Amino acid sequence: MTGFTALVARDLRLVWRRPGDVTVVLAFFVVATVLFPLGIGPESNLLARIAAGVLWCAALFASLLSLDRLFAADYDDGTLDLLLLAPWPLELAALAKCAAHWIVTGLPLVVLAPFLGIAFGLDRDSLLALAATLLVGTPTLSLIGGLAAALTLGARRSGALLALLALPLCVPTLIFGAGAIETMAMGKNFTTHLAILGALALVALATTPWAMAAALRQAGE
Amino acid sequence: MADLHFLANPARFRRFSQRVMPSLSFATGLALLVGLYFALVQSPPDYQQGETVRIMFVHVPSAWLSMAGYALLAVLGASLLVWRHPLAALVARAAAPVGACFALVCLITGSLWGRPMWGTYWVWDARLTSMLLLFFLYLGHIALSRAYDDPDRGDRAAAILALIGAINLPIIKFSVDWWNTLHQPASVMKLGGPSIHPAILTPLLWMAGSFLLLFILLVLVRTETEIDRRRLEIADQSA
Repeated sequence: MTGFTALVARDLRLVWRRPGDVTVVLAFFVVATVLFPLGIGPESNLLARIAAGVLWCAALFASLLSLDRLFAADYDDGTLDLLLLAPWPLELAALAKCAAHWIVTGLPLVVLAPFLGIAFGLDRDSLLALAATLLVGTPTLSLIGGLAAALTLGARRSGALLALLALPLCVPTLIFGAGAIETMAMGKNFTTHLAILGALALVALATTPWAMAAALRQAGE
Repeated sequence: MADLHFLANPARFRRFSQRVMPSLSFATGLALLVGLYFALVQSPPDYQQGETVRIMFVHVPSAWLSMAGYALLAVLGASLLVWRHPLAALVARAAAPVGACFALVCLITGSLWGRPMWGTYWVWDARLTSMLLLFFLYLGHIALSRAYDDPDRGDRAAAILALIGAINLPIIKFSVDWWNTLHQPASVMKLGGPSIHPAILTPLLWMAGSFLLLFILLVLVRTETEIDRRRLEIADQSA
């Protein structure tokens, strides 16, 4: 477990020393979200209706945006070879990379999204629901995106390919994440949605580290 | 298992496939002729759908085969990763575009059928949406397997993707069903009814059988091409 925390701390330290990578992602999230009212029109009923879907889609794209460098930097400078040789499981290393990715992109999105939700005219309960679903759902996005990043490591056009691989697999998370807020708006309880989002995150947690490690081993061969 | 090992040698597989190819092509052509005769001439128009029911004889077998094709990709992916079966990669590379084509045929015929029956080319029906997502998964598989300079890496990355996709397909299907009932509960279209009349079922089964033969034939031809391509590449490198 010390290896795990050490790897997470290392990735966080790398981000801390070059914060531009993360702020660009967050800026993309804000700008992409703000474009929707400009494109659709400032009618507040319509905006409140589509807010959940827009914010969730924007969060999905933003978390994909930073993923193509997730393993690529380690692949280029040889860190990945050391991780492959290290006497502790590569699955844990992959999981640590995803955890670090979630802390630097997923978590800020959770904090940022409710403020953008205010601009879309969401009420207080919907804002809470938005933050709650993003909190439970974004780890899945980091895990699935991490898998796509591991699979496309060293490929041509890896950025576009990564999105093509990850987006269809993220559909369930998107549906239940945005659906929860709609259920909330209809005055119903959204705990079912939250539970399913949690289940999706656990399934991703149980399956993707193995696949990521398998993909990374091939990349290291 | 013994048969799988027998076919693991690409040269032996090539001899085997060249031996079965003539009779398989003949059987495919014959089954297609019989199936099309039943589907276009012999079967009566449906009392509700009219003549458009005939689209279903292409649409439904395509849907079945595109789903079976993804299952095949997952099985091939497992045998590539577990046993390093040398032929599995070649067959997967050959089968993925065929399966994607069947998914596309299913989507196109479905929307052509939907225009007269539902009055629109596309509705966000749960089944349509999950077929579209299956098509995207195929595209990802095809793109990933061809994205590397070293074809072996592409094959193995695509094999992992096929396995993860096979785990996720039921989840995607379930979530799309849920999403659809949440958004438009009243407009769920139902096809066919409780049971299918034999006059419709016979051509459907004939068409399904002939499409299955066509699928196998196309995959065999494409696998032979892949073997030839690998040989040329190896010859090119050693020259």
